[in-house]
Amino acid sequence: MTRVRRILESDNFSGWALAFPAVFLIFVFGIVPIVWSALLSFQRTNLLSPSQWIGLANYRALPSDPLFRQSVVHSLVYTALFVPLSVAGGLFAAVALNRRIRGIFLYRTAVFVPVVLSTIATAIMFLWLLDPNFGLINFLLSKVGLGPYGFFDSTSGALYSIVGMTIWGWIGFDVIVYLAALQGVPASLIEAAEIDGARAWGKFRHVTVPLLGPATLFLVVWSTINALQLFDEVYFLTRGGPGTATYVVVYYLYNLAFAQGIAGYAAAIAYVLLVAIMALTLIQLWVGRRWVHYAS
Amino acid sequence: MTGDTIPGARPASRDEADARAARRRPRREPREQERRFLFSPWHLVLIPLAVVMLVPMVWMLVTSLETLNETRHFPPVLLPHTLAPGNYAQVLQQAPFARWFMNTLIVTVVTVAGNLLLCAMAGYAFARIKFFGREVVFILVLATLMIPFQVVMIPTFIIVKHLGLINTLGGLIVPNLAQAFGIFLFRQFFRTLPVELEEAARIDGASRIGVLFRIVLPLSGPVLATVAVITFLYTWNDFLWPLITIYSPDNMTLQLGLTTFEGTHQTVTNLLMAANVMSLLPVVLLFFLAQRYFIRGIASTGLKG
Repeated sequence: MTRVRRILESDNFSGWALAFPAVFLIFVFGIVPIVWSALLSFQRTNLLSPSQWIGLANYRALPSDPLFRQSVVHSLVYTALFVPLSVAGGLFAAVALNRRIRGIFLYRTAVFVPVVLSTIATAIMFLWLLDPNFGLINFLLSKVGLGPYGFFDSTSGALYSIVGMTIWGWIGFDVIVYLAALQGVPASLIEAAEIDGARAWGKFRHVTVPLLGPATLFLVVWSTINALQLFDEVYFLTRGGPGTATYVVVYYLYNLAFAQGIAGYAAAIAYVLLVAIMALTLIQLWVGRRWVHYAS
Repeated sequence: MTGDTIPGARPASRDEADARAARRRPRREPREQERRFLFSPWHLVLIPLAVVMLVPMVWMLVTSLETLNETRHFPPVLLPHTLAPGNYAQVLQQAPFARWFMNTLIVTVVTVAGNLLLCAMAGYAFARIKFFGREVVFILVLATLMIPFQVVMIPTFIIVKHLGLINTLGGLIVPNLAQAFGIFLFRQFFRTLPVELEEAARIDGASRIGVLFRIVLPLSGPVLATVAVITFLYTWNDFLWPLITIYSPDNMTLQLGLTTFEGTHQTVTNLLMAANVMSLLPVVLLFFLAQRYFIRGIASTGLKG
C-alpha cells in the first residue's frame, strides 16, 4: 500500500499523469501527421485504394507542373506585396495611434476590430464593397470618372484585390504588436534626440525604428508564414480564378488532396511548403540578427 | 532625462545640453497642455485611417437593414428610407442558421474548456514537476507550434476518419482539444508564481493535483483568460478544418454555413449581410468585453481569426 502510494506521489508519475492527456493529443494530431505526411509524399495514393511506393517521383514531377509553378509565383507575389505593405502600414498606424489625444480610444478600436473578424466574414464584406454593379467602391470610382472595375472578377486585379483586403484584416495585428513595442521605447532617448536637434522624421527614422527592430522582425517572419498559407479568401472569393489568376500553393494542395484525391502528390507540395517556410524564416532571422539590435 | 546620452550622439557637454533643455522647457510645458484641448494635427492622419477601417463594417451593417430593392440600386443607397430589421428574422427562417450558430457555440465552448483544463495540467507539469523525459517532450510540443496546419491536414484527416469522426462535431473538437500554444502560455505563467506557497501546501499533505486546482489556478486568472479568449477566437473563426471534415449542412459551423448561404443567396445581399453580422457578433462582443486579454493574447501568440 505504501509502495503504491510512493509511486503515485512520485514526480515521474504525477508529472506524466498531468501532462499525458495534452501530450497524447498533440502527439496524435501534431507529431504523427508530420511523419505521415512525409511518408505520403513518397507514395501514389488517393486515400482509398492501396497506395504504391514511388520514391521521389512526386517531387520530381513538381518543377514541370505548370499549375504548381503558377501557384508558387502567385504565392510569392502575394507574400512580397502583403508582408512589406502590412508591416509598414502597421508601423505608421501604430505611431499615429501612440499618443494621448481626444478620441484615441475610438481610433484604436476602429483599427483593432477587424483583427477578430473571420476571413470569411471579411471576404463577404469586401465582396459587397467591391461589387462590380452595386458596390460602394465602384460608385466612388465612377464619381471620379473611373471604373466600373471588376476587382475579384478581374484576371489582372483579383490577386491585388486580395492583397488589399487582407491588409485591411491584418493591419490591426501589426498595430497591436507595434503599440506594445512602442510602450517600451524610453522617452529619454526621444528627448535626447530632440536635444540633439533631431526633427520629427529624424527621431522616427533613427531612434524609433531601430528600437522597434525586434517587433519588426517578429512581424515580418510571422506575416510571411501566414501569407504563404493563404487559402480561405481564395477558396471563398475566386476558387483560384478567374482562370488560374489566384491559384496559390495551399489552394492547389487542397484541390489536389480533397477534390481530386491525389493525396501523395499533395503531400509532396505540403512538404515543399514546409521547407520553404522554414528556409525563409531562417533567412529572415539570420538577416535580422545583423540588423536588429535588442536593448540589453 | 536631459543628462542621458544615446550611443552615437554628437558629443555635447552636459552643461550645454542642460542649458538648451532649460531654454526649451518653458515653451514646452504649455504645449503639452494645449494638446489636450486643441485640434492635434494627428487627427488628419487618424480620421482617414479610421474611415478606411470602418467603412466596410458600417456598409455591411447599413446593407443588412435595407430592402432588397435598395441593395440593387445604383448609385448605392447610403441611408435606407425605412429600416428593415426583418432581414435578420428572415435569415433565421431561410437557413439552418440557428443550427450553425449552436454547432459553432458547442464546438467553441468544448474546445475552450478542454484547452483550459488539459493545457493547464500539462503546463503545470512542465513548469514545476521534474519527470522523466520532460525536456524532450516539451521541445517536441513546441516544435508542433512551428508546423502550419496545411502541411499536416491530409494525415490529420485520415486519422479523424479512422476514428469515425468525419462529419461530426467531435471531429472538429478532438484534434484541437489541447494546443501547444496553450501549454506554452500556462508553463510560462506558472514559472512566474512564487513556489513557496505550493511547497507549503505540499508539506501539509496536498497532492500535486490538489495544489494545481486549489492554489495555483485561483491565482492564474490572467493566463486563463488569455488562453480562453484566443482559443475562442481561433475556433469560432476556423474555416479550413470544418471545410474538410463536415459535409452535411446540419453539422456545419457558421463559417462553413456562411459560404453555402452565400452560394444560394448571392444576389440577396441584404440577407447575406444580416447573416454575416449575426455570425461575427459574438466575437466582436467578446472583444469589447475582454479587450485587454485579446490584445495580450494576440500579441503573445500571433494568432488571429
